Parts: sequence; C-alpha cells; structure tokens
Amino acid sequence: MQDFASSLHSSFGMILSGDAQLWAIVLLSLRVSLTAVMIASVIGLPLGAFLAVSRFRGRQILVVMINALMGLPPVVVGLLVYLMLSNSGPLGVLQLLYTPTAMIIAQVVLITPIIAALSRQIIQVLDAEYDEQLRSIGLSRLGSIPVLLWDGRYNLLTAVLAGFGRAIAEVGAVIIVGGNINHVTRVMTTSIALETSKGNLELALALGVILLLLALIVNAAVSFIGQGARQTAYA
Amino acid sequence: MLRRISFTVAIMVILSVGKGHADKPFIIVQSTTSTQNSGLLDAILPEFEEQSGIEVRVVAVGTGQAIRNATNGDGDVLLVHSKPSEESFVADGWGVQRFDVMYNDFVIVGPADDPAGIAGRSDVVAALSEMAKSQTVFVSRGDDSGTHKAEQRLWSETGIDVNAASGTWYRETGSGMGATLNTAIGMQAYVMTDRATWISFGNKDDYQIMVQGDPRLFNQYGAILVNPDKHPNVKADAGQAFIDWLTGADGQAAIAAYQIDGQQLFFPNAVQ
Repeated sequence: MQDFASSLHSSFGMILSGDAQLWAIVLLSLRVSLTAVMIASVIGLPLGAFLAVSRFRGRQILVVMINALMGLPPVVVGLLVYLMLSNSGPLGVLQLLYTPTAMIIAQVVLITPIIAALSRQIIQVLDAEYDEQLRSIGLSRLGSIPVLLWDGRYNLLTAVLAGFGRAIAEVGAVIIVGGNINHVTRVMTTSIALETSKGNLELALALGVILLLLALIVNAAVSFIGQGARQTAYA
Repeated sequence: MLRRISFTVAIMVILSVGKGHADKPFIIVQSTTSTQNSGLLDAILPEFEEQSGIEVRVVAVGTGQAIRNATNGDGDVLLVHSKPSEESFVADGWGVQRFDVMYNDFVIVGPADDPAGIAGRSDVVAALSEMAKSQTVFVSRGDDSGTHKAEQRLWSETGIDVNAASGTWYRETGSGMGATLNTAIGMQAYVMTDRATWISFGNKDDYQIMVQGDPRLFNQYGAILVNPDKHPNVKADAGQAFIDWLTGADGQAAIAAYQIDGQQLFFPNAVQ
C-alpha cells in the first residue's frame, strides 16, 4: 500500500512543480482526444439520430453492427490504421504515420461507433415520445433529426463523454500509429506504458492519477456547462 | 453565455497547442526497447540534433517489429540487435548497408534464493539445461525481438524443445523487455535480459544476475539505412548523416560516456 500513497504524493508533486514535459504530454493527450471526440461527434451524432428515426430494410442489422463496434479492440484499430497509413499502405503518400493526426484518426475510428450507438438509443426514446408532435408540425422523419438532436443535447453529452473517456484512456491504438515518440506523439497512456516497462511503477501510477484527474476535470467542466445552460434554458 | 464562450476558447487553445512548431527536418529511427528504456538515446540524441539540426524521432519496439516496420518503409534508419535478421534485411534489398555500432551482453537474472542453483555460472547453455531439468519457471519474451531470437539460439544449443514446454515451466509473455521483467519478477521466474535494460530497470525486487560472461551472451547492435530505392520517401541523406555520426568519433564517444550508477551500458565498436 506504500506504493499507492507515495504515487499519490508524487503525482501531486509533479502537478505542482509544473514540469514542462509533463504539461506538454497532458496537452497533447487533450488535443488528440478532444479533436477525435469532436470529429467523432460530428459523424456519430447525426448517424445515431438517422438510425433512430429512419425506417429502411437492413436498419436493424446496421444498428446491431454499430452496437458491436463499440467493442472494437483498440489494438486492432491501431493495426488497421497503421496498415492504411504505412508507406506501403494505400494512404502512405499522406505521410501521416507517427504523427498526432494518425492518433486522432485511430481514436475517431474507435469512438465514432460508441457515440453513434449511444445517441441512437437516446434519440430513439425521444422520437417515440415526440413522434406525434413532430408529425403534426409537418416534419418528416429525417427532417426531425436536427430538432431531436437539439432537444436531446444534454443526454447526448453523456454519449460524447463516453467517447471521450474511451479515447483518453486508450493506449493500444495510439502506441501503434503514434509510435510513442518523445515530444511528438507521446501521450499520457503511452507514457504510463513506457514507465511501467522501465520498471518505474511508482512514476507510472503517478501518471495514472494525473490522467484520472484530467478525465475528472473534463467531465466536471462539461457537466458544469450543461447545468448552467439548462438553468438558463428553463429560466 | 460567458461560460460557453470561455469553454470554447479553452478548447481552441488546447487544440492549437503544439501546432505552431516550425517544420524542422527529422528522421524516424526504428529501434528497440533496450536503447530507449535504458535512457541511451535520450542521452546521446541531443548532441546529434544540435550538431546536425536534424531531429531524431525514435519508435522503440522489438527488433522483429522494427524490421517489419522498416520493410514497410515506415522509418529511415534501423537501429536493432539481431545480426542474422539485419543481414537478411540488407541481403533482401530493404537496407543499404549494415554498420556495427555498439555491443553489450545478455544476462540471466533470477530471484535471490536461486531455486535452480545456477548462480555464478558462466556457461549459459549448461545453466539453461539445469533450469529445464529442474522445471524451474523461465519467462521468455516470445515476441520475435532481438533478445528473444538470441534466447532461442541458446535453447537450440541445449537440444531442449522449449516449445513443447510452453505454458508449463517455459512461459512466453509476447511483450517488451520491461513488461517481461515485471512478469518474471511477479512469478519468481528466471529471465534473460540485455544488461542495459537490467541496470536501468526500476523494479528489480530481490533479483540478481545469475549467469553472465559467456561469449555466447554477446549482444551486438547495428544500424542500417532503409533502402531509398525501395522506398523513395526515405530521407537518405539525413538518415546516413545519423549513421555516420553514430559510428563516428563523436557518436561513439557519446555512447561510451553514458553510464547509470557508474556502470557503462553500451560499448562502442564501430569500424572507423
């Protein structure tokens, strides 16, 4: 138990000391995962809503597939993106391998199904509730997507946060496509993996505590914004 | 409203961080975990970067994976430690030429109570045979890395078929050196490691070096420029400049100067 206590202690020490390298890693983690979440939301939210309201043959199969893709193993995503971006791969000319962009791409692939599947569920419930009203004001099924997305925005935040949680915590994909290059593609999770492999377990755990704090801060900030906005909305 | 604006601003600041870097020339070096985990590259690269203005980006994986990545053209220079694989990499046309850079040696480490009674041995093949006979747990990298390949060569000299014992006393982690050391220590098992990783390893518990000094434990590192004829994107000039520096007087001196706890980790032996 001494390990935990001293790790906790040294993690606060690291935060307080304002270690420049640590901050660079923290900011890169945030930059990669927040960008991935934004892109995945732009794709996933409308996709989820579309699956919730549309009626077409094969829709159920698509829903099951997207639900299953929530369980995509990060290391498989990393491998697929690596094979695409490798100089021997179809997108090698873009020269994106071992850059933060490659890490963003991998995380987008990983979390878009999560955001799509969860928002499909949320919008479907809303749609069932407001179906008659939406039809009575003359909106078609697809036309009601923007209204439903706007109306469900606070619940949809949870879907987005689930995506963020997966992205920021994930190591298997980013270590393959990013290469864990110091000062270039080293993020919190790959640093933790590296320090563990160096046998610096205390430092690794301390970094883990900081990562957890980071996730906590982002979640708190989002729920704070959500609360504030909700109050103004109903005032 | 103010909240939302400040939130958006904060996000934009975070997203823009680090994007403003000037595009400094850089090369990608596919290397092994031992050169990175031991801290060697962190110690010597700044000197090269300052002299040449070329940034060196290191991807540290096992030798097997490093060679595969280089074969795909995902790197400019290969810095690894499995001479037979390196030579076939060059022979197959993927690399231009192989240069000796430095060496150290492998050691077998084990728990202080030494259940197989091999402490102090210098005949590594006899020590491995002893372990197999007493069925003491031995942890292997099992990941096609340079260390794994060296270990397999030693086992083949014992005439023991470790694959048949896989999962019993012979356990393959399929992981990097550090992860494998952590696993072995957790199981109180013997494990073969390169000396550099061992000296710099932070979670040694009561483990000690049991077997060392056998010439068969020699561990040679080599550098190869990935062939630009195969992969036109290879930065041949910058990559070769790095190899020239590594094998030249300055690089060799930097390698020799790197120490942990007063112990030298790598011994330069480039042909000059």
